[in-house]
Amino acid sequence: MRFSTLIRHIREGLKSILRNGWMTFASMSSMFISLFLLGVFLIVALNINSLAADFESQVQIRVYLQTDIDQEKKNELQNKIGRMTEVSKVTFVSKEEGLELLRDNLGEDGDDLLDGYDKESNPLPDSFTVEVFDPQTIEAAAAQINEINKSDDMKPITKVKYGQGTIETLFKITNAVRNIGLIIVIGLGLTAMFLISNMIKMTIIARRREIGIMKLVGATNAFIRWPFFIEGAIIGIVSSVITTAVVLFSYSELVRLTKVDLGLMLLKLVPVEDCGMQVGVLLIGLGTLLGIWGSTISVRKYLKV
Amino acid sequence: MIEMQDIWKTYTDGTHALKGVSVRIDRNEFVYLVGPSGAGKSTFMKLIYREEVPTKGQISVNGFNIGKLKPRKIPYVRRNIGVIFQDFRLLPKLTVYENVAFAMEVIEAPRRIIKKRTMEVLDLVGLKHKHASLPAQLSGGEQQRVAIARAIVNNPSVIVADEPTGNLDPETSWGIMNLLEEINFRGATILMATHNKEIVNTMRKRVIAIEDGNIARDEARGEYGYEI
Repeated sequence: MRFSTLIRHIREGLKSILRNGWMTFASMSSMFISLFLLGVFLIVALNINSLAADFESQVQIRVYLQTDIDQEKKNELQNKIGRMTEVSKVTFVSKEEGLELLRDNLGEDGDDLLDGYDKESNPLPDSFTVEVFDPQTIEAAAAQINEINKSDDMKPITKVKYGQGTIETLFKITNAVRNIGLIIVIGLGLTAMFLISNMIKMTIIARRREIGIMKLVGATNAFIRWPFFIEGAIIGIVSSVITTAVVLFSYSELVRLTKVDLGLMLLKLVPVEDCGMQVGVLLIGLGTLLGIWGSTISVRKYLKV
Repeated sequence: MIEMQDIWKTYTDGTHALKGVSVRIDRNEFVYLVGPSGAGKSTFMKLIYREEVPTKGQISVNGFNIGKLKPRKIPYVRRNIGVIFQDFRLLPKLTVYENVAFAMEVIEAPRRIIKKRTMEVLDLVGLKHKHASLPAQLSGGEQQRVAIARAIVNNPSVIVADEPTGNLDPETSWGIMNLLEEINFRGATILMATHNKEIVNTMRKRVIAIEDGNIARDEARGEYGYEI
């Protein structure tokens, strides 16, 4: 394509956007609404994600040992568990440390409760605290530790605990939020695309005569398509840039408020610096793509070139 | 050169527009296409500029097998065929100059050449002085001249004109006919469908009469042959 031709296509696309002022306004508004909801949802999802990640990072497995195993066995077990691919860290917690931890956790009430226990009468077993890389694999890791125990003749482990149940529920909730979000995003995206495609259709109908003449004098299909393609892309880019600006500005205001307003202080929001890039790239990228896709569909459908 | 061999055209609604037409039109000929309305004249012309494809039979224009043309190639074949209509089909928002230059822009001619050639063609049709007017400011005859300028600006070897004088008064019609004859003289093949008895009988050329989807008559220096 000649450079002057490209300039012509851009000029024609812009002209058509200005000429169909109200249609442009309508499709940009609907694009704005769809992308705005998408952006809001994205930010909510990011915050839920960070919240869930917070919870997940606190998840660990406690492995309680028999009281009568020797140090060598303890080392062997620690090594075996440490070599599992899921496991990031194994910490040995002696029964003395266990007692201290318990005292700390129980606070003042614990003093009475644990009063009679000292080094000799400590009822707690030794244990390992196992941390995993990906909290989603914690169940599998726990099962594997149980296997290690079963294959060992001494059966050195008495109990493997990782907060069964609670974790699964948390994962179910976070996964559900992600999936529902994805469905909403797809729905909104399709709506925006439909609106753009409709606008291009109107443009094509309005310019049927011109297109007919273009075909008659030998314009190639690509030549006829380009201005529509550019029109869709411009609408997509402009509306998604505006949306991104509005979404990020509102969110940064909200984040600022959580820092000064006592009532909102409980919310631990993801700072704009951490999610702005993600949200911006996604909204603008998606907006542009939807604009181009919408116009392409319309051109293919209504422009029998 | 245009060549049709046993061309059949049946539309999807079942209308048989052409029923086995075979004809050969040589380079630089001037041909009138006559016959009653609905006899198949328009279909005959649409097949030439590939607005329609034949249901059966072979058609070649300038050596291209039009019926079997790949869609990608159609634009390039059309650049060699200029089309003129009864209703002019100008773009109302563009000036005379822009309407003609448009045909060169879409084939991506360089700007400098567009300017030169457009003014040259407007001069030929006698409308150089009105290049900045809008179509609505022109008379019917002048509008048809603009349409002719647009049809010939890319130097096509074939001009297809579907009742070009149909909307014009007799005097203006003669002006258009002189212009077409001039274009024919400069080397283009001209195929013109018409209902104008006076023109056909005065400006004697080859006449092909189409009746009920068949060629009823094909005479080298024919007459209109129908009563109006």
